[in-house]
Amino acid sequence: MSDGTRENGESGPAHTDEAALSARLQRLGEGLGRARGHAVEPSGGRDEDRATTASGYARGFRLSSELVAGVVVGAGIGWLLDRWLGTSPWGLIVLLLLGFVAGVLNVMRSAGVAADGMPGGGSPPGVEK
Amino acid sequence: MTVDPIRQFQITNLLPMATIGGHQIAFTNSALFMLIIVVSVSALLIGATVPRAVVPGRLQSIAEVSYEFVANTVRSSTGNEGMKFFPFVFTLFMFVLFANVIGLIPYSFTVTGQLIITASLALTVFFIVVGYGFWRNGLHFLMLFVPKGVPIYLLPAIVAIEVLSFLSRPVSHSVRLFANMLAGHITLQVFAGFIIMLAGFGVLGWLGAALPFILIVMLTALEFLVAFLQAYVFAILTCIYLNDAIHPGH
Repeated sequence: MSDGTRENGESGPAHTDEAALSARLQRLGEGLGRARGHAVEPSGGRDEDRATTASGYARGFRLSSELVAGVVVGAGIGWLLDRWLGTSPWGLIVLLLLGFVAGVLNVMRSAGVAADGMPGGGSPPGVEK
Repeated sequence: MTVDPIRQFQITNLLPMATIGGHQIAFTNSALFMLIIVVSVSALLIGATVPRAVVPGRLQSIAEVSYEFVANTVRSSTGNEGMKFFPFVFTLFMFVLFANVIGLIPYSFTVTGQLIITASLALTVFFIVVGYGFWRNGLHFLMLFVPKGVPIYLLPAIVAIEVLSFLSRPVSHSVRLFANMLAGHITLQVFAGFIIMLAGFGVLGWLGAALPFILIVMLTALEFLVAFLQAYVFAILTCIYLNDAIHPGH
């Protein structure tokens, strides 16, 4: 409603003003709901990608730490198994190699090359699996 | 004037409290700064929500923006079901953010530059994911490690790799935050050391010192970005891990 109509009377135009406003609010609310509807779906690893592409420095740090974590955890578990079971050096060798694989898998996942999130195949993000 | 870049991470006992089993339990500078962080986060959020104005003031806007930001993060990566974890994620985010930012104040102590702190935070997340996953899904939670459509003869290797990948999460989760803060602060300190060393060479040194000084100004800006970004990454990874506990196996 323009200012011109407001000058004419007190109650009438104000009333239509309010009606128009509430109609607009409702439309806005519906629009927001629709927009949110898309966002509400769990999207798994997608946000992870967005967070890391914000800065190449952070991305580099993230990928390297993923690889190192896989290798270190693999080697650590292998070493512990060897100590407990006396299978030295096989536990360390096998689990170190598996750790490398897990590290590479971590890197590919966080880089978005492999299917993101934990297993689930190729169904698109946002779909309840 | 010492320019040892590691000294800033040294733990000093401020107030000895007790001795348990030969280990001294003391109130350290790390504990002091954690206390400062908790008090300032609480003061900010309580102070911001006291007015409860419809049109928020400055302080209330900060609280509302941070609430909305974290709530959207949680909702977008775990769905509405994950909102029961909102208080947890919000606490983590605010703690890490304040630890990072307060650590950038000169002469302060960076709590997140200690591996034990970030590791305990990451392990808390890890155990909550495992505990909640089993409590909610029972043994179905283990389907997390069994991808669909894998030939049966590959399954043992794949499951072993998935388990290792899962176990390596708290490591990368904690090391990322720790390494970022450590590297950033050491870089700042090293360049600050260059300024002091060059300034010792007289006028020419003063001119030379301008170079690392400009760099340190830019690095400080970068460190503020990193401080925020790492808090965000820590929170979003927490959400993604929680999502696996809520919807395992997909």
